[in-house]
Amino acid sequence: MLFIVAPLLGMALKTTPHQIFETAGEEEVRQSIWLTIVTSFSGTVFFSVAAIPLAYLLARKNFPLKKLVSGIIDLPVVIPHSAAGIALLGFVSRDSALGQMGSLVGLNFVGHPAGISIAMAFVSIPYLINAARDGFAGVPERLEKAALTLGASPLRVFFTITLPLAWRNIVSGLIMMFARGMSEFGAVIVVAYHPMITPVLIYERFGAFGLKYARPVSVLFIAISLVLFITLRWLAKEKEEK
Amino acid sequence: MLEIKDISKKFPDFELNGISFRVAKGDYFILLGESGAGKSMILETIAGLVRPDSGEIWLDGKEISHTKIQERKIGLVFQDHAVFPHLTVMENIAFALHAQGLSREEKRLRVKEIARLLGISGLLHRSPTSLSGGELQRVALGRTLIQKPRVLLLDEPLASLDIQLKRDLRRLLRSIHQEGQTIIHVTHDYEEALALGTNIAVIHKGQVIQTGTPEAVFTHPKSEFVAHFVGVKNFFSVHLEIRDQITFAITNNNIPIRIVSESINEDAFILIRGEDILVSNTPVETSATNNFPGKIVEIVPGVQGVNLTVNIGIEMHALITRESVEKLNLKAGGKCWIHFKATAVKMIAK
Repeated sequence: MLFIVAPLLGMALKTTPHQIFETAGEEEVRQSIWLTIVTSFSGTVFFSVAAIPLAYLLARKNFPLKKLVSGIIDLPVVIPHSAAGIALLGFVSRDSALGQMGSLVGLNFVGHPAGISIAMAFVSIPYLINAARDGFAGVPERLEKAALTLGASPLRVFFTITLPLAWRNIVSGLIMMFARGMSEFGAVIVVAYHPMITPVLIYERFGAFGLKYARPVSVLFIAISLVLFITLRWLAKEKEEK
Repeated sequence: MLEIKDISKKFPDFELNGISFRVAKGDYFILLGESGAGKSMILETIAGLVRPDSGEIWLDGKEISHTKIQERKIGLVFQDHAVFPHLTVMENIAFALHAQGLSREEKRLRVKEIARLLGISGLLHRSPTSLSGGELQRVALGRTLIQKPRVLLLDEPLASLDIQLKRDLRRLLRSIHQEGQTIIHVTHDYEEALALGTNIAVIHKGQVIQTGTPEAVFTHPKSEFVAHFVGVKNFFSVHLEIRDQITFAITNNNIPIRIVSESINEDAFILIRGEDILVSNTPVETSATNNFPGKIVEIVPGVQGVNLTVNIGIEMHALITRESVEKLNLKAGGKCWIHFKATAVKMIAK
């Protein structure tokens, strides 16, 4: 516990409230924090549309190479994130198929918030898929079978029985994916140094001006992240209790 | 009304093999078998949750083997109720009404009617997580009956209930049946089968061993398995032969039992009811022509009396009163004599 709390507390104690307020007043910092939240949130929402059904398949169906698929899903967690960024750069650059498709609508992923969202989602999607998979696996198949015998279509069974009962795990997975995306640095810095999300901004300030200058942004960002995630968890718990 | 024709299905460690039986409209049909015999799988196949490898299912003259689950109009109540924990009792019962295009008020009235019938009107706004086993069973029944199924499938509905709740639910099932509902009820309890069923199929290792009315199955079991499973304890494979002009049924370990029969020189089964066996401490002169000394193996009190197991070379089971046990001072390990008439020995052809 001390190992986690001590560095954070130490940093907070070395930063004065005046420094935090001053930093919060900077336009560059506010824009960066907002960008970080929006890109991570968008990536989470966008990719959850495919991630959640995939998680359901992994929980319910047996298919050839299922274990391999599960292993591949965990890859983004284990590979170095800067390497992930290099891989993604090749995937979203103008020369790639995706890059060319983006060009058709005037979108260049490299150096664009969309590219940042993709990088964030890449490294954090395993948290959502695994949590959702566990949630679905925890829903007794008997309940789904009972719903079918009561005249419900498979789609209705999914939305009225399976999804509500797996919801707690899915929400937990979404929060984790969002949180992990917000804190990503290595993959994002390769795909889009600019516009700067806050982890990149912190790094730049540290590199250019030193620890003292990077600390207030770090404390501010950590505080906002904590408030955000505590609020999300509390809201999720409230809904569950209702 | 419902005909199962030669249904077979291979599972990783189990197999249903050539399952065939008929259920008439208004029947209370019991699928009787020990755990793991395949009874629940048969129900799930009828409901459409499991696709058989071969065979056919016919309902009201139409083949439904490939009909979608939702279109079969067959209700299934699972052994563990499978009540949806995140919906209220009312929402659970109303679940099947979703596709029927009823107004909210109509749904509410239908749910209230079913709840009244099942004695759960006071539970409608409760969460299933706060209900007892018996209440959950009624909610599961209500949820299934509200869709007016052509056949109601019950998977061990009384299994997890205490004696009083079992009695209450049996009464309820009888009244549902008396309203005209066709029911297929799976159980491992032969007394339950006797109490409720109009027809029975005995299942063993994925096969139908015997079908018939409860009386036919219980008085004329076709195999040792069926006999023991339906609670007939004195059931033996014998060879019939005549010795000194008297017909004997000779058991596998050469115990000669006198029997009244015209069959000779053939193999058969014999059945002797426990209540037809008399017990004494010494040999007594009676009209019974079967008299054997033996050692008392076990004395087990039961609901209808005391079950006495006596080894006379084969184990015979007598049903006597508690008073008789005390009067004769019978004890396990002690000696006694058993007596029964030749006419009490029923022969069942192999």
